[in-house]
Order: sequence, then C-alpha cells, then structure tokens
Amino acid sequence: MIQVDQIVKSFDGTQILKGISTVFEKGKTNLIIGQSGSGKTVFLKCLLGLFQTDSGKIFFENKAIDEMTTSERSVLRQEIGMVFQGSALFDSMTVEENIMFPMQMFTNKQDDEIRDRANEVIKRVNLVDANEKHPDEISGGMKKRVAIARAIVMNPKYLFCDEPNSGLDPKTAIIIDNLIQEITSEYNITTVINTHDMNSVMEIGEKIVFLLNGKKAWEGSKEDIFNTENEAVSNFVYSSDLFKKVREMYLKT
Amino acid sequence: MLQSVFGKFTKWRILKQLILKDIDSLVIGSLGIVSFISFFVGGVVSIQTALNLENPLLPKNLIGFATRQSIILEFAPTFISVIMAGKVGSYITSSIGTMRVTEQIDALEVMGINTYNYLIFPKIVALSLYPLVICLSMFLGIFGGYIACVYGGFSSSTEFVEGIQLDFIPFHITYAFIKTAFFSFILATVPSFHGYFMTGGALEVGKASTVSFVWTSVVIILINYLITQLLLT
Repeated sequence: MIQVDQIVKSFDGTQILKGISTVFEKGKTNLIIGQSGSGKTVFLKCLLGLFQTDSGKIFFENKAIDEMTTSERSVLRQEIGMVFQGSALFDSMTVEENIMFPMQMFTNKQDDEIRDRANEVIKRVNLVDANEKHPDEISGGMKKRVAIARAIVMNPKYLFCDEPNSGLDPKTAIIIDNLIQEITSEYNITTVINTHDMNSVMEIGEKIVFLLNGKKAWEGSKEDIFNTENEAVSNFVYSSDLFKKVREMYLKT
Repeated sequence: MLQSVFGKFTKWRILKQLILKDIDSLVIGSLGIVSFISFFVGGVVSIQTALNLENPLLPKNLIGFATRQSIILEFAPTFISVIMAGKVGSYITSSIGTMRVTEQIDALEVMGINTYNYLIFPKIVALSLYPLVICLSMFLGIFGGYIACVYGGFSSSTEFVEGIQLDFIPFHITYAFIKTAFFSFILATVPSFHGYFMTGGALEVGKASTVSFVWTSVVIILINYLITQLLLT
C-alpha cells in the first residue's frame, strides 16, 4: 500500500501539485487520470522519488519515504518496478539482457539462474522469439512487454506504469492493460498506472484518482465513474460521443 | 557531479563490462582516425618546415628537429585532443543525451543505481588509456614527417634522424603526458556533463553535442595554456 499525504511540488515558483492525498491499495490497479498538464507525470515521479516534494509525505507500507535510512531506500528501490511511457529499454542490450539487468545488478545469483528467471518472466508476458533481438528490432507492443518483464523480474512490491499503452493499437493496448492487471493480482502488488486512455479506465480501473490542475478532483472505481455527478470527471471521461452513449446505456440498464 | 561519479559504486561485474565496452568504443575505435591524421600532419609539418628553410646556412637536420618539437609538444597532445573532443566527446554527449531523452537514465535511477558512476566512471577509466593513443600519434607523426622529408627529397635519412635526436629534452615527453592526462579527464567529464544534464528531445541531443565539443575544446586549450605556463616557463 502507498499512502500519499498532502504532497506539494512546484517548479520555478509554479505549483504543479497542490496538496494531493490518496491511498493506492495493494493487489489493485490504481489509475491516475487527468488532462495533459494536470500533473500526472510529476505526481508519478514524486512517488518514484525522481522528484523531491516541497511538502507532504509519501508512505510505503506506513513508512514515510523521507524518514527512511539510505539502506531502507535502497531496498525500497529494488522493490519498485517501473514501465516508462517510451519503454526506456537499454539500446545496447538485447531483450534478454534488458530483463536480466536488474538481477545482475542487485543479486549475487549465477548467470544461468538469472537467465532462467528472465526466461520465466519472458514466458509470463508472452514474448516469443525475441530474446536475442535488440529494442530497435521489435514492435512497440513487444517493447512494452519487455519493459513489463524487466519491471517484474525482481518480484516487486510496487509497479508503476507511465502511459503503458500510449502509441499502441487498441487491441494491443487492451492486451497490455490486461497483462498488467493479471500480474497485479497474481503477484499481489500495488500497481499505479498513469493514463489518459479511457479504455484502460473502463477495463482495469479498480481505483481511479482524477487530477485537475494539480489537485485531486475525484476518486473512485470504474463502477463509480458511471454514476458520478462530478462534472469535471464526467466531462473528462465522457468527452467522446462513444463513451457518452456507453454511459447512457449503462445508466438505462 | 564528480563527487557522485566516485560515490556509490556499481557492481564490479557490470562495471567491468562497461569499462571494456568504453575502451573499445572510445580508445580502440579512435586509433584509425588518430593514426591517419598524425601520419599525414607529421608529413605536412616536415614539408612546411623544409620549404621555409631558405637560408643555405641552416642545417637540414632542423627539419627533423622542428617536426619532433611540433609533434611532441603540441600536435599530438593538444590538437589530437581537440579532434578527439569532436569524435569521442560528441559520441559521449549524444549517447548519454539519448539515454536521458528516452528515459533510460530515469529507469536506472528508479532501480536505485548511481547513474553518475554507472555512466561516467567507466568513461574516465577507459580514457585513462588515452596517453597510449597520444604515444601512437607521436610516433606516427614523426614517422610521417620522416617519410615525407626523406622520400620528398628534402633531406637525407641521416639528417632527419640527427634532427630528431638534436637537443632532446626528456622532460618534454613528461610535459606532453601530463597534459594528456588532464585532457583525458576533460574528454570524459565535460561531454558527459553536457549529455547528462541536457533536456528536450532529439534536436537538443544534436545541439548538446555541438555545445559539448565547443566547451571541451575551450577547456582543453585553456588547460593547455595553464600547464605550459606552469611547466615550461
């Protein structure tokens, strides 16, 4: 579980995050949604420790990140898996080497053992015949799978995903969303996904936090989102005619 | 930045691979261009010197002497380093810069890796072999001068070799290698700084490489002046 308490973050005097508080639950896919510029990426980077917050606290399993010792933070880092928007795979390494990398870095296991574990997660994310390929030789969907495999190879407690299905066709996007949800419940990890894809919201949004101008404007589940009277979240989620019709049909039934 | 480069160290088995990879791309990969430039510039220096020795009273061995002095004191250590600022420097800036814009550095940071040590330290270690490149440049520069001078008919082989040995001051070699050691550190760190702290996209990677080349060259020239002032005056 990750608890966020009143975090504030500014850049050059402009407040980007204005006192956000929420809880991301274990074993659930927690979604952060909002328009471009609403502070989603900054929020995610604050959770990851890539940005220092100006004030407020972030708790990982009830332990505030700023009260952790260096070694506790180091352990926490190894418990975090991250899937970046552009996959962020290491160009100089093959798919298999990319996935083996965190284990080579942080465990004292032998290469054979590491390779076995890498192949186990490669199978789990359904990557076929890609072990020896470099990132520039595989498709966008496969890159996401490699990024997910790299993120889960160390059995993380927390999985963060920044726009995991951006740039993917709708079918592949749904496959990636479902894969993340399956992994979340299978490994019982706390997953936080940053997205503005409404298909993801409807598909895997077990908990949704809606940001508006750096503030939390709404939170709830995908079921709640159909019944919400919050105008800001309705306008955002049902901005397309298709989703408006889906909502109307849902409410009629 | 430098404090962090020598801070929390990356696991040795990973670091070893990175160092070997950087030796290959930064040092071994530069041998071809350095050899080519050194050989032909050495030849040109000796021809230019020969053509400027109009006074018949000046001995022909001055061609070898001038070639040796030019190559050892300035051409090999300083100008090859400026050339390397273009070749190796822009490679370092663009490779680290690309890692920055494609979030690969963020990925390393999320894993808890000291990215300064992981990315920059292997380059500093690899470029500690840079004096060997300069050694080769000195040899090929003088050899190029010898070939151009002797086979161009400007002096005899004996006169050129005599010139190379004339008034030889061993400290000049020490001075050249002291400079080279400083330059190798500059070649590894200044471009890394420009790559690591760049922001933006692909266009900015190109811009950062150009800025990095300019600053690396400026720092090399300034340090060259300071070291020369300190050691030779």
